[in-house]
Amino acid sequence: MNSTELFNLLNDFLASKGIYALVLILFFLGMFGMIVCKNYMKKLMSMNIMQVSIIFFFLCFAQKEGGMIPVLDGVTNDPGAYINPLPHALMLTAIVVSLGTTGVALALLMRLKDKYGTVEEDELLGRISE
Amino acid sequence: MRNLPVLIPILPLASAMLCLALSRINKNLGKYVVIGALTVSFASAIGLFVEVMRTGETIHYYMGGWKPPLGIEFVIDEMNAIILVAIAAVALFVCIYSQPFFSEKTRRLKRQKDNSNYADGTTWLEKGGFYALYALLSAGLLGMTITGDMFNLYVFLEIASISGYGLIALGGDKSVMASFRYLLLGTIAASFYLLAVAYMYSITGTLNMADMAMLLAAHKNSPNVFIAVSMLIIAFGIKMALFPLHGWQPDAYTYAHPAAAPLIAGLMSKAPALAMLRYMFYIIGVDSPYVAKALTVIGFLGACGIILGSVMANAQRDFRRMLAYSSVAQIGYIAVGLSLGNAYGIIAAVFHILIHAFMKSSLFMVIGAVRYRYDEVLISKLGGLNKHMPLTTVTLVIAALSMVGIPPTGGFFSKWYIIMGSLESGHYFYLVVLIVSSLLNAMYFFRVLETVFINKDAELEEVRPKGRFELPLQMLVPIVLFGIVIIAIGVLNAHIVADVLSLGLPEVLAI
Repeated sequence: MNSTELFNLLNDFLASKGIYALVLILFFLGMFGMIVCKNYMKKLMSMNIMQVSIIFFFLCFAQKEGGMIPVLDGVTNDPGAYINPLPHALMLTAIVVSLGTTGVALALLMRLKDKYGTVEEDELLGRISE
Repeated sequence: MRNLPVLIPILPLASAMLCLALSRINKNLGKYVVIGALTVSFASAIGLFVEVMRTGETIHYYMGGWKPPLGIEFVIDEMNAIILVAIAAVALFVCIYSQPFFSEKTRRLKRQKDNSNYADGTTWLEKGGFYALYALLSAGLLGMTITGDMFNLYVFLEIASISGYGLIALGGDKSVMASFRYLLLGTIAASFYLLAVAYMYSITGTLNMADMAMLLAAHKNSPNVFIAVSMLIIAFGIKMALFPLHGWQPDAYTYAHPAAAPLIAGLMSKAPALAMLRYMFYIIGVDSPYVAKALTVIGFLGACGIILGSVMANAQRDFRRMLAYSSVAQIGYIAVGLSLGNAYGIIAAVFHILIHAFMKSSLFMVIGAVRYRYDEVLISKLGGLNKHMPLTTVTLVIAALSMVGIPPTGGFFSKWYIIMGSLESGHYFYLVVLIVSSLLNAMYFFRVLETVFINKDAELEEVRPKGRFELPLQMLVPIVLFGIVIIAIGVLNAHIVADVLSLGLPEVLAI
């Protein structure tokens, strides 16, 4: 296998599946952050990164080559000519849910900060058990 | 009659929206609206149950008249009809039970003792907020059970979870951190669920559960199904606190607001368990090789959870924490029931969902009542409870016996069906697990009962004078009622299983 073939292979992979690989990386980056970070604010931000990756995932598989935005343009009634709008609609709901979750989480963090003066996990555990 | 299904989740949802605004006008108005809404949903759930039993047909309700697979559908078959009744009953009676925690007297007494600093309704916002969250949680749980649409299930799951985080955080000192940690884990669970939906949607292009079941039949061996099944185990495993994923649960149950803890502990892990059952047996189906493997994993985790949960429960000093760990074990029974994969196994799982909802919520109501009157949650301090609160102690004893599994209480019969199922499928390993765990259950519950009846040194110290009854009537009636229900379910188990649950089994397993 020479370098041109290899390049073509990589090119094909990136063109067809590359976006999914990126989404996967983003997902696990978020999860990694949630596990590793000791600061609750950072945990929360990692959580948002993870949620965004799922939204991307839905939007990616809704695409198709040569499809146009799902607005009836009067030229064609063929559903094959449009991309699938349903995942977008679902993700609108998912975005709202993630907004709600983030809001609740921020409110909880404010309470923690008020009460214990910190959002670092180690310090919190120490102060709560006192 | 035609519109009953939609009333069940919609009314609590609407009352939650109204509750805060009405509480602004009068502190009690919002609460009454929520109780009213829950009463109507309870009545509707009973109406639907009777209807399903009478006609013997599954009821379908199409939201806004849009037929599936395009529209959202509500489905009520024999199995979720009875669970709906149970959820609506627990939600309604725990709501009635919660009222004295927000009374004037509570606040005056609390100033003397700062041990319990849960939200007590000093301001309209606190009281209205509690009942709004409570109604939202009920709506989410009812919706999760009734819906026939996969994405709709996600939305209801998140409604239940987010309001659950709020109710846990209202519990006082340590609850905020417990709530935040649950929020992180719960969001991971929801994300995995969403991914599982994505994988299944991308090969079938539908979100309706019945439609999905039909279309997935052609994809039993697809790798997408494999990934979806593994993600469903993680998602529902976290939500129902299956053994290695139960980390959030002890803190959350322990520090939750005492008035909401019965609902949270009794139901928040049961509705996902029922959803898991739906996915494994009704949507993907046991004939998929991946589900068969997944069930083995779930069963093994469940068995580990049963043993470890029971051992950990033995080590606790706080009654609430002991109950939380015993929940890990009890969820294990449901998981083992599912994993057997035969008719008895599913019957055992659903029966246990039903009975455990009542057992755990009545135990949390009992400890909530003790906390209300004596401000005490440690097991070692419960001495002489039978003299001070005789009726409450009766329920405590009934629920404890049911947890251990002594007939005629309901807890015995779910174990009985698990044993029948494991004998039928040849999983003798679970038989051993079940016997060991029953002994462990007996150990920690008899330790409690011993303290209550025999230990005279630890006399309870009253922080609240006795009224006409041992507790305010709003608390006493639900507690006594749940004790009766636990026995009634046990006595009527043959009817429940033969006339209700076995009719709702998936077709391949029907007996």
